[in-house]
Amino acid sequence: MSSKTTGNVMAGTHFLMGNIACAEGAIAAGCNFAAGYPITPATEIINHLAKKLPLHGGIFLQTEDEISAISSIVGASWSGCKVLTATSGPGISLMQENIGFAVATETPLVIIDVQRLGPSTGVPSIGLAGDIVQVARGSHGDYQIIALCPDGPQEMFDLTVRAFNLSEKYRVPVFLMAEGFIGHMRERVVIPDASELSLVARTIQRGAGGPMQRQDFLDAAVAPMPVFGNGLKSHVTSSCHDEHGMRNLSDPEIMHKFITKPIEKIMRHRDDIIQVEKNYKDCDIVLVAYGSVSRSAKAAAELARADGLKVGIFRFITCWPFPGEEIREMAESVKHMIVLENNCGQLFPYIKAEAAHACRVDFIGPQTLGQIHDPEYVLSRLKEMVR
Amino acid sequence: MSEIMHPLRMKYTREHVKKTTNCPGCGNGIIVQAILRAIDELGMDMDEFAFVSGIGCSAWIPSPLFNADTLHTTHGRPIAFATGVKLGKPELNVVVASGDGDLAAIGGNHLIHAARRNIGITVILVNNGIYAMTGGQTAPTTPRGVNTTTNPYGTLESVFDISSLVLAAGAPFVARWTTYHPRQITSSLKKAFTSRGFSFIEIISQCPVQYGKVTKSGSALDLLKHYKKDSIKIDKARTMDPESLKGKIVVGEFVNEQKPELSAEWTELKARVMEGRS
Repeated sequence: MSSKTTGNVMAGTHFLMGNIACAEGAIAAGCNFAAGYPITPATEIINHLAKKLPLHGGIFLQTEDEISAISSIVGASWSGCKVLTATSGPGISLMQENIGFAVATETPLVIIDVQRLGPSTGVPSIGLAGDIVQVARGSHGDYQIIALCPDGPQEMFDLTVRAFNLSEKYRVPVFLMAEGFIGHMRERVVIPDASELSLVARTIQRGAGGPMQRQDFLDAAVAPMPVFGNGLKSHVTSSCHDEHGMRNLSDPEIMHKFITKPIEKIMRHRDDIIQVEKNYKDCDIVLVAYGSVSRSAKAAAELARADGLKVGIFRFITCWPFPGEEIREMAESVKHMIVLENNCGQLFPYIKAEAAHACRVDFIGPQTLGQIHDPEYVLSRLKEMVR
Repeated sequence: MSEIMHPLRMKYTREHVKKTTNCPGCGNGIIVQAILRAIDELGMDMDEFAFVSGIGCSAWIPSPLFNADTLHTTHGRPIAFATGVKLGKPELNVVVASGDGDLAAIGGNHLIHAARRNIGITVILVNNGIYAMTGGQTAPTTPRGVNTTTNPYGTLESVFDISSLVLAAGAPFVARWTTYHPRQITSSLKKAFTSRGFSFIEIISQCPVQYGKVTKSGSALDLLKHYKKDSIKIDKARTMDPESLKGKIVVGEFVNEQKPELSAEWTELKARVMEGRS
């Protein structure tokens, strides 16, 4: 193990828990304000940030609840900080209203969701990818979100940095969708030197005059952020507003733009945002997965190939915006997709909608929910399906 | 028309905002003036401020009117948002203006914890004793026994004494006035804007259109006359027994002391641990 900390980056090769790798990713990305409320299985992230952030000039605020955590990071983001909160499903449920606020006001922030078995209080220490759809559709109204799915401690670091970069670049909230298994897994994590990390900082509004002389919002090409305390006299409201940020509840054109421009801002840049891992060339069958299950999918595909079956894999690294084009392209070249999820099939309908016209699409959940897919079990089910 | 425009209007408000959401007789206008007068008398600049509000009639006091950074948030949460704004940029004078329903009902938890933390923001809580924007529903500040839209046969619950609550939670500056006391409000606001800690000002304010009509307590003038007749200064109230204080509004500055303020404490803590690291 070698280690050297340059600036905020703990460069070197480490043996780290996923949650600690995530916290180090946040620090490396320049996070200087985090807020949160203790919750299993995400607590190690805030514990680590509480210890390390002040050493780098940052603040960790333990709030009275998760509603306060999301609200205070939105406030700190408007004060110019790079901000984060970390929680699990119950915390996300409490935060949903103000996640919508962040969407509507184009506020950059990062939310780490270390998912646990639910519904409700469920099982705190068991990982289950039960929040995949709630983070995309859980706040009221119509909107688009960015969410990334790490498959292990290394990506807990890498994708946390990427989540900050995407949030700053596009002025949006970004989710990191870990599961309890990934958060608590310990593996080798290689942290690059600070000079090798590419970091993005938001463009700050420098325009003279007041908000009526500027475009602070609703630009599909991303408006510069009118951060507070710069004499910009910015106005920020989550009520329907025009490009100056001024509330308007009477003009249908403005209502239309209030909803569609933030969606367009993400969808126009989908090629930059969407990342998938694919390895299905010359394959008849593809195992489609994300998060912890993608590790089982890879192992099952290897077993299947050893048995002479042409089985490939497809992994979502970005799950929102949904990689529909990538799924369609795959559907045209394979005969059979088998979707593996650590839940009862949350992304399955979305995948089927893009693929079922061109190939067969099946689903395999864990043999027992809360248990990681056993590759041997996946292989036996796969063989039954193709028999 | 500019020759008849109020000088504070020209100096401190957004020129393009030409309408108010307030009803005729509303107390919000008095509070707008008191805030702007305090800033004017202190010789402060609007660029030193960030105003944060929630949902309800009083949230429209700073937003979108004031020509400063203004953050109009969700119901109950302005203090939580403001806490982040203040910790992110401690040099800003962060002011929350919102109502009793917003800050003491749905947002009550954030209120007491902000007071406990002593985060250096000013909270102006406008208490009109009712949910006005939605049409006269019972608030935790609605007097027991009056008829409201959601208690048409009379409310059965006791009221929150919000200033006492915030005082008990540890706030170093707590004052209560009514809209009959604009000069006293201005004076307390000047102390709040220049103090370092969590400063809380409750303003009992008339809502003739909802509270007055729904509870049959009269016009704006009737309510202001009640404030005039039934307000008792805190010094005098301390000498009176609970029986003779029934139906009275205790006003004045309840506490004004120095306590370590959270954002300043964070600045010191960061300097200390960063020095220890190097």
